[in-house]
Amino acid sequence: MPEARFHIKRFDPSSGIGAHYDDFTVPYEGSLTVLEGLFYIQEHLDGSLCFRYCCRAAVCGSCAMYIDGRYRLACQSNVRHLTGETIVVEPLPHMPLVKDLVCDMTDFFAKYETIKPWLIRTSRDPEKELPQTPEERKKLDMPVDCILCGACYSSCPSVWTEGDYLGPAALLKAYRFEVDSRDEARRERLPYFDNERGVYRCHTIANCSEACPKELNPTEGIQWLKRAAVRRRLFGRLK
Amino acid sequence: MIYHQLIVVGGGLAGLRAAVEARQEGIDVAVLSQVHPGRSHSGAAQGGINAALANNPEGADDTPEKHAFDTVKGSDYLADQDAAIEMTKDAPGVIYEMEHWGCPFSRYDDRRIAQRPFGGAGFPRTCYGADKTGHYLLHTLVERAYQRGIKMYIEVFATQLIVEDGVCKGVVAYDMIKGGFLEFRADAVVMATGGAGRTYINTTNAIISTGGGMAIAYQAGVPLKDMEFIQFHPTGLFTTNILMTEGCRGEGGYLINDQGERFMSKYAPTVMELAPRDITARAIQTEVNEGRGIGGKEFVYLDLRHLGEQKIAERLPGIRDLAIHFEGVDPVTEPVPIVPSQHYTMGGIDTDMEGATPLPGLYAAGECACVSVHGANRLGGNSLLETIVFGRRAGAAASAYVKGKEGGGSPAAGAADPAAARMAAFVEELAGRGTGEDAYAIRAEMTVTMKEHFGIFRERASMQAGLDKMLALKERTTRMGLRHTGGVFNLDMMRTVELAGMIDVALATAAGALARTESRGSHARTDYATRDDKDWLKHTMAYIGADGPRLEYKPVTLGPFEPRERKY
Repeated sequence: MPEARFHIKRFDPSSGIGAHYDDFTVPYEGSLTVLEGLFYIQEHLDGSLCFRYCCRAAVCGSCAMYIDGRYRLACQSNVRHLTGETIVVEPLPHMPLVKDLVCDMTDFFAKYETIKPWLIRTSRDPEKELPQTPEERKKLDMPVDCILCGACYSSCPSVWTEGDYLGPAALLKAYRFEVDSRDEARRERLPYFDNERGVYRCHTIANCSEACPKELNPTEGIQWLKRAAVRRRLFGRLK
Repeated sequence: MIYHQLIVVGGGLAGLRAAVEARQEGIDVAVLSQVHPGRSHSGAAQGGINAALANNPEGADDTPEKHAFDTVKGSDYLADQDAAIEMTKDAPGVIYEMEHWGCPFSRYDDRRIAQRPFGGAGFPRTCYGADKTGHYLLHTLVERAYQRGIKMYIEVFATQLIVEDGVCKGVVAYDMIKGGFLEFRADAVVMATGGAGRTYINTTNAIISTGGGMAIAYQAGVPLKDMEFIQFHPTGLFTTNILMTEGCRGEGGYLINDQGERFMSKYAPTVMELAPRDITARAIQTEVNEGRGIGGKEFVYLDLRHLGEQKIAERLPGIRDLAIHFEGVDPVTEPVPIVPSQHYTMGGIDTDMEGATPLPGLYAAGECACVSVHGANRLGGNSLLETIVFGRRAGAAASAYVKGKEGGGSPAAGAADPAAARMAAFVEELAGRGTGEDAYAIRAEMTVTMKEHFGIFRERASMQAGLDKMLALKERTTRMGLRHTGGVFNLDMMRTVELAGMIDVALATAAGALARTESRGSHARTDYATRDDKDWLKHTMAYIGADGPRLEYKPVTLGPFEPRERKY
């Protein structure tokens, strides 16, 4: 039976000792994802290990981690596709830790909330659907696939150094609504990203787009917002 | 102790829709969720949500009544017809509302919401956003919940109902981030915790779909209805059971056996691959059982190659990614190995059309509830619809209950938390047993037992053996211990407590299935191969008992649709 060796970063705030690494060996048949490996360890080798999980099908965003030096979803990472003798599993870097592989997402979601992540409308809604052409809808394809896993946020040097920067996920969400033909926010959402916490903190390093396990491009969305914000300042138009 | 007028347990579509409705009614409502609501299993739904919008040119004659008929026929006439009629009547309105709130549905050139054909439906009435409809609907409601400023307790794991003087007064829950048990007291509770797919080893469901809300209601004496009806989705990936949407077949995909034959011609000659799920899953299983699985193995092929790369990229991009990542197969160039997989719990907490359970103050909605609109077999595209229609109704009814309640309001400050203390003492007791019985070994045996003895085809001797095994497993749970006693994010404690509930819920399935001596919808018995309306056109009501479930029955609400033999 093949075996996978895991080298896992551990941290328990109540232990009084700092972060360290533990090694585990997991036997498997057929295939094994990193998430399945973590469950094996929790069930059979060390009941104290903790990590986030839910869908195990790369759609819920729970299990974003730093695996073998890259941002990945644990559920989508098959050990066969990972090189190296041991698989190094760490929580999302640059985030405060709760325990082991679970990081504190409080700021991440607070910043998400800041940009008013909902469709803003001032007109009366029609009885049936708001009309939208397939071309208008297509503009949403990229940003609506975001699963809020936090990989981009954790990867962004501007987030590391400017604690109040909203970060790529929140700004991608702002882009998702600003680019929606049905949204009528006009000036309502703009002040929340057109400021010193917002788009200008993005220095187009594009780590976010590299990190995204859904292969989305937050950098592109942020540049769109920058152009829109500048246009608004110069000409008074947003779109 | 924390108090809100209304506590919603579960942050998926049903729970969020209930909370949004309650907020609109001016109620102080809070959502408790084991995961951030945006991570709920609703987001894994793919193919779409049904409503007779008549947007598809081939569906121009569609009406809510026809949708109701398809739903009732699909249910093998076990659905309550008044509930199915109400749901299909509400459907267009709630979908337009989700659209107004920003849901990115796919569109036709005429700028209306696109609709695709789905199994068991007379018209193409399944509204979709590519093959990620659940994700889009879920995020739309998460966004609405933030917009309305709804209080959310995230990563809080409910373990028990608080019932005093025969009235539901809240829940006890474990705070995963801070550690410890808390009492969340309320004038009413809406349970919206999803299905129990993880009681089976071969499920499409998320790892958190463990039937938690069903279990804690059941343990408080609330009946579970029709739990023997378990849906097997025809197309789960062979190695992982991850879902390949029914939309694959709605868009024209084929099911192929080892002889290269579109075998559905033998089972549903008129509608072929778009037969309802129970019929299609049985057809696949029959092919496999008779040796016509691919290479004699336990799977058949879902073939999408003839749809072409462009259509797959446009309509089915999500399942293409899933097939590539999880099965190593690109549907554009290769057929996908698939196997029927546990997918949905038709049964659940007994409720009426307003989400009210027999326990005053307790409401339920979504997959954890059983209204019943799905009866013995749910149609694809009706579960997302159910979450939003009945989430809204439960939120409204719970709000009205809270407003009309005398003697509600926050208990005196500084009051003790006796229920939380009892829960903490129970966990102490578990910890005191040391490792005890291995909860994970019990879990593994349970999931295999449910698959093998209460799967697609059922029969008395096998079910009796399965029920005996399940009762033995339940007995072993009384000796479970803990390996880890730490305070925060204690998965060992959560998964051990969760397992006890899973066994109770699975036992209700097992007992209900053994007792029902007929075949109806998803409940297919080889020893009682036909439907028996004379004796079995009734709902099973399972009550928890000392020696396992105690079964009672109640009549099905009939209506305009006369029960007939189902043919497709």
